[in-house]
Formats: sequence, C-alpha cells, structure tokens
Amino acid sequence: MAKKTLVQAVNDALRHALQANEKVVLLGEDIGRNGGVFRATDGLWGEFGDSRVIDTPLAEAGILGTSVGLAVNGMRPIPEIQFMGFIYPGFEQIVSHVARIRMRSRGRFTVPMVVRVPYGGRIRAPEIHSDSTEAYFAHTPGLIVVSPSNPYDAKGLLLAAVESEDPVIFLEPMRIYRAFRDEVPDDYYTVPLGQAAVVQSGTDVTVVTWGSLVRETLAVIRELEAEQGLQVELIDLRTLSPWDEDTVYRSVNKTGRAVIVHEAVLHAGLGAELAASISEACMLQLEAPVARVTGFDVPPPLFQLEDLHAPTPERIKLAITKVMTF
Amino acid sequence: MGILDDLQGPVLKANRALQLDTAFEATSETEKPEEISELLLQQMYEDMMLLRTFDKRSVGLQRAGRIGTYPPLAGQEACQVGSVLALRRQDFIFPTYRDYGAMMLHGVPMENILLYWNGRAEGCLIPPEVAVFPIAVPIATQLPHAAGAAWAAKLQGIDQVALGFFGDGASSEGDFHEAMNFAGVFELPVVFFCENNQYAISVPLHKQTAVPSIAMKAAAYGMEGVRVDGSDVIAVYRAVRRAVEKAVAGKGATLVEAMTYRYGPHTTSDDPSKYRSDDEVAVWKERDPIDRLGSQLRSWGFWDDHKQAALQSRIDETVANAIRIMESAPPPDPEDLFRHVYATMPARLRRQREELLATLQPNQEGLARG
Repeated sequence: MAKKTLVQAVNDALRHALQANEKVVLLGEDIGRNGGVFRATDGLWGEFGDSRVIDTPLAEAGILGTSVGLAVNGMRPIPEIQFMGFIYPGFEQIVSHVARIRMRSRGRFTVPMVVRVPYGGRIRAPEIHSDSTEAYFAHTPGLIVVSPSNPYDAKGLLLAAVESEDPVIFLEPMRIYRAFRDEVPDDYYTVPLGQAAVVQSGTDVTVVTWGSLVRETLAVIRELEAEQGLQVELIDLRTLSPWDEDTVYRSVNKTGRAVIVHEAVLHAGLGAELAASISEACMLQLEAPVARVTGFDVPPPLFQLEDLHAPTPERIKLAITKVMTF
Repeated sequence: MGILDDLQGPVLKANRALQLDTAFEATSETEKPEEISELLLQQMYEDMMLLRTFDKRSVGLQRAGRIGTYPPLAGQEACQVGSVLALRRQDFIFPTYRDYGAMMLHGVPMENILLYWNGRAEGCLIPPEVAVFPIAVPIATQLPHAAGAAWAAKLQGIDQVALGFFGDGASSEGDFHEAMNFAGVFELPVVFFCENNQYAISVPLHKQTAVPSIAMKAAAYGMEGVRVDGSDVIAVYRAVRRAVEKAVAGKGATLVEAMTYRYGPHTTSDDPSKYRSDDEVAVWKERDPIDRLGSQLRSWGFWDDHKQAALQSRIDETVANAIRIMESAPPPDPEDLFRHVYATMPARLRRQREELLATLQPNQEGLARG
C-alpha cells in the first residue's frame, strides 16, 4: 500500500489492466514516449512496448473510430482524449456508434472500451481546456459515464470500467490529479460501477456532487456543521450514468432536502435530471424544492474568471442555507 | 499535369542522424533578391527580431507567474513573418494558438495577445479593421473557416484572400481534409500555410503521416502543394506571395508547407527533453532564420552593429510597454462572464449575473469593478 495521487492511481490501474489482459491496448495522442500530457501513462510505453501503448496521429475521430473496430474484433481498447474540449471531432463516433453498436446489432457486436478524458476547469489552463460537458454523454443511452473523486476510487472504478462489457466514458477531474494523496492498495481491485458513495451521513439535507467538487463541498459542509450544527449527508455520485437512484432516493427520503452541485452549466445539466427524478420519487418527503449550484449558463471563460464561473463555497453555502430555511 | 510534379521546393533528403524523414536542403540567397526592396528585407528582419524578443519575454513572464500557459514560437519566426508580409491588409488570417506573432504583425495589439495568455477576456479583442480571426485552440478547426471566408470573398466579388495556418499534426484531423476538399472543389482563394515544426507535441512527423511531406497531400485535392525552407524568410515570402497572386487571379487554393522547428516546448507545460535530443535542437538552431537573414543583410550592406543595437532597444521598449499595459489592466470584471454570450442577454442570464454579484464580497466586487 502506498500513498498515491489520483493520476498515479490511474497509471497504476492502467498497468494492472495491461498486465491482466493481453487484449488491452492504450491509444491516444502523446501517451507513449511522452507518457501523456498529464503523465497518466508514464512509464507504460517502456514497460509494455509501442504495440500496446500507442502514440496515434492527432485525430480524435480516428482514435475513437478505430477503437470501435478494435473492440468489435477482439481487443479491449482504452483510448485517451487529451482534454474534454478536444473530444468533439470524435463525438459522432461516440454517439452514433460506440453507444449504439450493441443495440444496432441486436447484441451481436459490443464495444467494450474505456474512453479516458481529463475534464473540468480551474487549473488556469488555456481556452477550451476546461470543459465539463458530461451531460452530452449522460444524455446518450448506451454509455456508462464515470467520474472518480479520489485516488482510491479512480483505480478501482477504472479497473471496473475495463472489465465492463459496455463502453465507459471515464472522466478524470484534472483539478485533483495531483491535489492530494490517498492510500491506494498495490493489488488489483475494483470499485463497482453504478454505485454512489455516501461520503458522510447526515439527517438534515442531502448534497449530491462528483469529481473535484466532492472534496470542496465537504469542506463547505464542515464549516456549516461548525457554524450552524447542520447534519449534512454528502453523496459522491461516482457513476453519472446510469446513476445510483436507490442511494440518492433513500437519502433524500430521510433528509427531505436535496442540493446538487456541479461545475457544468445549469441548463440541461445533469443536475436537472437529478432534480426532476428526485422530485418525482421523493415528492411526499420533500421539505423544499431541490436546489442546484452549478456553472452559469455561459461558455467556460478564460482562466481569470473561471473560479467565479464554477460553484464557489459561498454559493454552495447559500444554496444549502436556502433549502434549510425554505 | 503530373500531380506530384507540382511539388516544388527543396529536395527531400533523408537524414538518419536526425531521425527525421523530413530533413531537407536549406535554401539561402547569396545575391539580394531583385524583386524585394531593401526596405522590405529590413522589415522582415525587424519583425522576426520583434517576435523573438516578445517570445523570450513571454516565456519569462510565464515562469514568473505573470501570465498563464504559453506556447512559444521561437524558431518559427520566418514562417509567420514571411507569410504575413506576403499578404495585403485586407487578406484574412485564421491562426492557431502559436500564430499570435502573425496576428500581431497583421494588426492585433501586442498587449491583447499578452492579456489573452494571461486568461483575460479583454485579450480576445481584435480591432474591427483588423482581418484576423480569433485563435483556434482545437486542432485544424480553423482551416474550414479559412475556406469559408475565402468562399464568401469569392461569392461577393471581394478582393480578399484567406490564409489558414496549421501545424503538421493538424494534417491528421478530418477538418484538414474537409477544408482542402472544399477549397479544391470550389476553387477558393485560400492559402493553407503549414508550419511543419516536425512534432505534434511529442509525436514526430513520421508517426503522424506515412508520406514524407504535407505539401504532397495537396495533390489529393487537386491543388498545388509547395514546400519551402521555413527558416528562409525570403523563400516563405515568395511562396505565399505567389499563392496569393494566384488566388487573386481566380486560380484557386495553394498548400504551402514551411519546414521549421520550435526551439522551445509545445507549451510552457511541456518537457521536450522527453521526446527529442539537444543535438537535434542544435542542428536546427544552426539554421536560425534571424541569424541567416542578418548575415545576408550585412553581406548586402544593409545592416550593421549600430542598426542592430538601435533595433534591439526599440523592440525592448515596445515589448516592455505592452507588458506594462497588460499588467496595469484593472482587475477582471465578473460581469464579463455574461457579456457577449447572446446578442441580447436572456432574462435567465441577467438573473444569474445578479446571483453572482450578490455573493461577491464587497471588496471583491469593488476590486472587480475597478
């Protein structure tokens, strides 16, 4: 057992995946000799060779389209897209093929693949390097969408994703790639897809979030506990689609209040689906309308304003207070 | 017309020592080119010096935390200077993130470029009379835009050529193919200008494409492909000038490939020692575009130490002044998040703007409002 950052945990999981199954190949831009722009594949090219850790031409549609072909014909590809803002040339491949092959072929063909994508903002990156458009993928039936919030889950969820018979969009929050370390077991292990984690139990209000905002929201909740004595239940959704309805509904039925926090924009964001579902399922227990704290309905700004675009501690606190005093 | 006969420029020559499939013979004029004035030759030199100085200062600013991530252009000055000087003011350029040098030379204020790399919305401003499109960060996406702008000029009978910059890596994207194809099919007045700096971040050209040249690809779109020594500003100027004249004459698009090299990292976040050798960098620095033109100018009697010193001090002052303007800008205005999303701000956005302003600390808001 060693303390690892999230990006080291990803690296560790990829090494296990390559060792466990000779059909696994990694492909993407700069992932080989360079070890990836975030060093997520550091050392793997040297260890496994350039037929398993593959530097591709600069072509996202090519990376994802050939991954479909690789997957239907016996391989287990793990393509990397360098930043979420660059996935769109391959969007057609994801939406029209990756997500639908199983259904279009009535189960004859499947495309078990894990598309790794660094996402989210607030690392002072250049324009179009800060997208958080998970809703596009959650809106696409046939895909599993995952986002870890800590190194332990990152390794376990990634290995579970590689085992999955369905395609997984694996969103890695760049902001916490190196923000902190966790104990990460050296051995192979999985964290099941489709299960949210109750980070902290509470009885007054349920807060649902994922990715880099789990840790930040927890800090806000600790302040609220100290200041107002609130007992907040914090849920890390982990799998964004199909999401863990049981855990969320059980919690909201207990607390009667729900706040959803995400970095993506408000309009048609994943929070809208959660809020609507909670309203339908927990109607009689709700003491207040479901609140959402999200990015504003504007394109991700250049970095000097990005901290104000994302949910700030002030806005999270305000939303929880509002729901409590409704 | 044999399609591969169109491929002009220096002869391809393999150079195993460099591990490059694309090594080529450098070109260099020994006599002053007749058709290029002394004034223009000096302009080329001064512009390249300006970009080199700007680049050096910008890397320093990034290292000191005074701007954000920055993609250095040093080594590629002749490409940007030679191509822009071959254009007319009205010709429309479509830059990548490394073409801020070309943007400046075509009229974008230097301080806006600095503000952009410092994550400031104000840095996105391009003066209305300046024919420069915003930087395209996603690879190759600007090439269809350049084709479209050229198409608009053609449809409206406007005397304007579009020039789209791109790198060697961009030639792998679908947008490259689609832009070239449209330009070929509709015979558009566009120049596709490739700064082939040998690497797409870490991936060398021979792993990017199975043919030894980007210019060669033009044949597949029924257009002329030309390869030039991208460290030879005169050669770049001539090739683009010819492509522009051809476009103006209604003879369609050209792909110009300039063989060049970035001396620095892909961006200040990149470590090029992971994927290329110091020896390789040294070989390219021997072909330095500024040194080369400097020697030529001196041998033709157009340049001396006195002029060099005067130029350097003038350029230092210009760059220092732009940095001063960038750093004296008032703090960013949170309301800029909401401006220019729509022609008229929807009620929903007005409400979100008020929500944000209400949560800002009074001092933060005061600062923000300057």
